[in-house]
Amino acid sequence: MGDNTAGYLFLLPWFTGLSLFMAGPTLVSLYLSFTDYNLLDTPNWIATQNYIKLITQDRRYHTALRVTLTYVMVAAPVNLAFALGLAMLLNAKIAGLSFYRAVYYIPSLLGGSVAVSILWRQIFGLGGIVSQILALFGIEGASWVSTPSHALWTLIILHVWQFGSPMVIFLAGLKQVPAELYEASSIDGAGPWRQFWVITLPMLTPVIFFNLVLQIINSFQAFTPAFIVSGGTGGPLDSTLFYTLYVYMQGFGNFRMGYASAMGWILLVIIGVVTGLAFLSSRYWVHYDDAK
Amino acid sequence: MTPSSISEMTRELRRRRVRQWRGVLLHAVLLGGAFCMIYPLLWMIGSSFKPDSEIFTQLNPIPKSLDSINYARGWVLGTGVSFTTFYINSMIVCAGAIIGNLISCSFAAYAFARINFRFRRIWFAVMLGTMMLPFHVTIVPQYIIFHTLNWTNTFLPLIVPKFFAVDAFFIFLMVQFIRGIPVELEEAAMIDGCGRFGMFTRIILPLIKPALVTTTIFTFIWTWNDFFSQLLYLNTQDKYTISLGLRQFLDSSGVSSWGPMFAMTTLSLVPVVVVFIFFQKRLVDGIATTGLKG
Repeated sequence: MGDNTAGYLFLLPWFTGLSLFMAGPTLVSLYLSFTDYNLLDTPNWIATQNYIKLITQDRRYHTALRVTLTYVMVAAPVNLAFALGLAMLLNAKIAGLSFYRAVYYIPSLLGGSVAVSILWRQIFGLGGIVSQILALFGIEGASWVSTPSHALWTLIILHVWQFGSPMVIFLAGLKQVPAELYEASSIDGAGPWRQFWVITLPMLTPVIFFNLVLQIINSFQAFTPAFIVSGGTGGPLDSTLFYTLYVYMQGFGNFRMGYASAMGWILLVIIGVVTGLAFLSSRYWVHYDDAK
Repeated sequence: MTPSSISEMTRELRRRRVRQWRGVLLHAVLLGGAFCMIYPLLWMIGSSFKPDSEIFTQLNPIPKSLDSINYARGWVLGTGVSFTTFYINSMIVCAGAIIGNLISCSFAAYAFARINFRFRRIWFAVMLGTMMLPFHVTIVPQYIIFHTLNWTNTFLPLIVPKFFAVDAFFIFLMVQFIRGIPVELEEAAMIDGCGRFGMFTRIILPLIKPALVTTTIFTFIWTWNDFFSQLLYLNTQDKYTISLGLRQFLDSSGVSSWGPMFAMTTLSLVPVVVVFIFFQKRLVDGIATTGLKG
């Protein structure tokens, strides 16, 4: 058996999956995005009407975009800042490392579940932990999840709370930084603060970049927290109307599948552009060790 | 002892004391942070043993008395369907997804890592690219496929795709692992007349066991926590998984069901925590090498 036959035979399941569940659907949804389709009747070609409507008319869609972009732009960097900070503290060869790592990592493990989203709704709800603590300081407690100006922030906090997995990646990255660099700079009289800026941060930029791309892609697709915390409505007043939630409502609540497909494709382009920009900018700030 | 060595000693002692204090401070910060991180979960566990009147008036997670009545009350829903059904359903979906991922991803990984077929680099790049594909863009056509097949309200849409290596993360994880295995083993086997398939099953599979374990754990956790696709495809209570079962507490928001709700959310997290405790090292290594999201 030649290498070509063997290779393609072993890849047969993957090729099938690629065409049936990934590449195929991506193309079909591009077609559907130009149609009016409700799952029962045949798709009706309406050219670019879905896109025009989304871009120029649909106010709720604009809200969904704004909410999601705010979420991604705030939650992802803050999450990474916490992850890096904690990784730096834990990297100092302290006692009990595995205990701390486990405790800080657990929220990442459980955070995506419905259970934690339900918990979050109660923590920030009426009489929850947050309003009880604020009451101790004499601040009259309100339900944060049902206040339009605060609801999104509870979800951002939920995302930031899950900094454990990027932290573990940072920890692995920190181990790769050669110890000689620190020794050499110590001899040159560099303190820990200067070492962080001159050695650690530049050496870590590939890991930061990797984490950033992962965070962007993941947080664009967040669904469970918004659905559960808002009770499936994206409320109050659409303040937690995540992109995914709106796709779900239009596609599977109203069965406007063409419209939902158009939304999906716009998101694909947005994610493509954002990660593309990240890749382009990486040339200027990500340091790759050429010597190796 | 000369005066200079004495001053040297006191300086050393002072330095040591500073270092000690810094250590204490560091641990204080880390412990405080750890408490904040874990407090919401402690509050949930505590609330699951409290009567409703105590839940929203007490910050202390430790209940006044250990009462498991909430667990008994939460287990069976108003409609008569119980969490026994939801647990069994979640287990079925998880088992199917795990088996599917193990088989299909290891096949694909072996081809990418070891076989020199045409256009390998291109297909490998395509595989990596699929990791970035947002599910919004595939979900509608996928739903149409399963709807046409009459597979909605069955577990098949949640399991069958896994048999076609749709989780590229795991292919990547295994490729990395296989590349670390010396080729000499396979060359020796080839001389002994072992074919491609034999090499894969007899040499590679046993050697990539750690990667297979990591795949199993992550597939379990992701499938257990999954909500979107289960919400999409399962619509009667007898087919509900844990995620969908828990959601019932929000729909029938009878104000009196807080305790049982906390009891069931707590219980639903137990399997994931148990897996974490037993496989902590594999999990951490898995994230560190591939950047899997936990």
